[in-house]
Amino acid sequence: MYSNENIIGMPGAHPKERSAELVWPPEGLQTIPDWVYTDQSIYDREMERIFHGATWNFVALEAEIENPGDFKRSYVGPTPVVVTRALDGSINVIENRCQHRGAEFCRHSRGNAKELVCPYHQWTYDLKGNLQGVPFKRGVNRAGGMPPDFRNEDHGLKKLKVAVLHGVVFATFAEEIEPIEEYLGTEMLIDFDAVFKGRKLVVLGHYRNELPGNWKLYFENLRDPYHATLLHGFLVSYGLVVAGSKTSMMVDPSGRHGSMGSARPANVTDVVDQSVAAEMRAFKDDATLEDARFLNYVPEFDSPWSVTMQTLWPNLVVQRELNTLGVRHIVPNGPHSMIMVWTMFGYEGDTEEMRQHRLRQGNLMGPAGFLGVEDNEAIRFVQEGLKRSPTDKAVVRLGGDTVGSDTTTLITESAIRAMYQQYRETMGL
Amino acid sequence: MMSAMFAEFNATVENPEALRALRLEVEEFHYEYCNALDTGRLMDWPEFFTPDALYRVTGRENADAGLPVGLVYCDGRGMLRDRARAVAETQMYAPRYLLHSVSNVRVVAAAGPEIKAQANYFLYQTLVEGPTTLHQAGRYYDTFLRVDGRLLLKERQCIYDTDLIANDIVYPI
Repeated sequence: MYSNENIIGMPGAHPKERSAELVWPPEGLQTIPDWVYTDQSIYDREMERIFHGATWNFVALEAEIENPGDFKRSYVGPTPVVVTRALDGSINVIENRCQHRGAEFCRHSRGNAKELVCPYHQWTYDLKGNLQGVPFKRGVNRAGGMPPDFRNEDHGLKKLKVAVLHGVVFATFAEEIEPIEEYLGTEMLIDFDAVFKGRKLVVLGHYRNELPGNWKLYFENLRDPYHATLLHGFLVSYGLVVAGSKTSMMVDPSGRHGSMGSARPANVTDVVDQSVAAEMRAFKDDATLEDARFLNYVPEFDSPWSVTMQTLWPNLVVQRELNTLGVRHIVPNGPHSMIMVWTMFGYEGDTEEMRQHRLRQGNLMGPAGFLGVEDNEAIRFVQEGLKRSPTDKAVVRLGGDTVGSDTTTLITESAIRAMYQQYRETMGL
Repeated sequence: MMSAMFAEFNATVENPEALRALRLEVEEFHYEYCNALDTGRLMDWPEFFTPDALYRVTGRENADAGLPVGLVYCDGRGMLRDRARAVAETQMYAPRYLLHSVSNVRVVAAAGPEIKAQANYFLYQTLVEGPTTLHQAGRYYDTFLRVDGRLLLKERQCIYDTDLIANDIVYPI
């Protein structure tokens, strides 16, 4: 409905939407074949091996379900789940699917309830997903009802394994998986902890958008420091990030997770010489804002970076852009689309002025953000290009053969190659 | 269920006949405001606001819950001008046309130079070589101030029902 599918051709109009021959090109990690973004069988395999496999998926912030009885609709991959705070204070993640006839019973984005009731036949579950009541279980006037061997214990909602780290809630369909700290790894915990550890979050609000591109493109965009000074005119015009800025693109040893950091230059002209300026078309050394408060950075983190963007496999982006903070939950929606759920937050103890500052700075990001719009547009352009042309692969050669972290330059695609190295292994490609 | 923030806008107006003349004036304001945006005069847009104006675009879910976040959150005309300039001069996006349609204009209160009004808006987007789609359906919650005989927005909150945004929102609403 929202997707560009209905603008540039019905689903199935383009040959690449049908199964291709799934052989990785001989150039290896310096190319990415189009079919990883367009093929339905690849998407199906991703759901099975990645989102429903041995991965910790982001589902909620604890601050969204603070009180007993609070619940939130969420997703693991494309699968709807409900995240609840039970009466004993525990956090539970259960499939949003009634065990009776399969109805996606929870329809409110969030709320507070004593129990979960499927509206179709009023099967009732407790907040941990245990089946409590089946109306007319013994029939009426000794006729009908469940057979004697029907036991409520056998028909609870499907429960997922849950992990909570510094107020961030993850869930998994996997039976066997390492603890969340190990899954994220010590390298990723540095920037993660800077945002979450020892902080009590206050939710400022939510938004959602559909992005007409494959879910992996969003991860790649945040592992691609090269685009920052080229696509994002606002960053460059106002000297937030320029080629030559102090930056870091970290990848964990598994290659799954990434963290891009940059430090805003104190004096732009110190790091931009004339030859560099000429390559950044947007660079103007005289651009000023009428309201300069907008770009203030109030130091509040134990970190050398004024900006960190973390991509935590397979579905979470942690945004710390100066003082505007948020998580982006990526919900895959077929090969050609993803849904992004944003939750913006501040911290308990923020002064009113700090809260206003975070809200003002929110104009940088999100579906109407000075930067956010550009990423969404670029990803749409890529998906359309991949889908509609007979050319069949992309080039990721910046930085040569290096795979993994690169803390020396923005001009590298090393972190994208690391992502595909582990992806190929998981996917058997 | 809208939060207390908009309670005075959403109640039934007891004396609509007393506010009828103002409604015409507010309607004229909407038409000029929308005309400026629909014809691409982005830099004229901030001039419909007072210097200390608040402009916010957010979803109904946030408004209902009393959450403050804005997809767009401009506190003061300086920020509106900076946004207009950023969209016009620095941002990359596919070419598009937008048409605003405003209906159900209601003036709900008037006291001295201040007028509170509310209206429904519909935003149609046409991407180049594409069809026209309904991009947003929402409501304006406005506080106008009469300055030198002319109405200006002291506050405009654009509260949209369109929960799942189609990719992005480039131009002001």
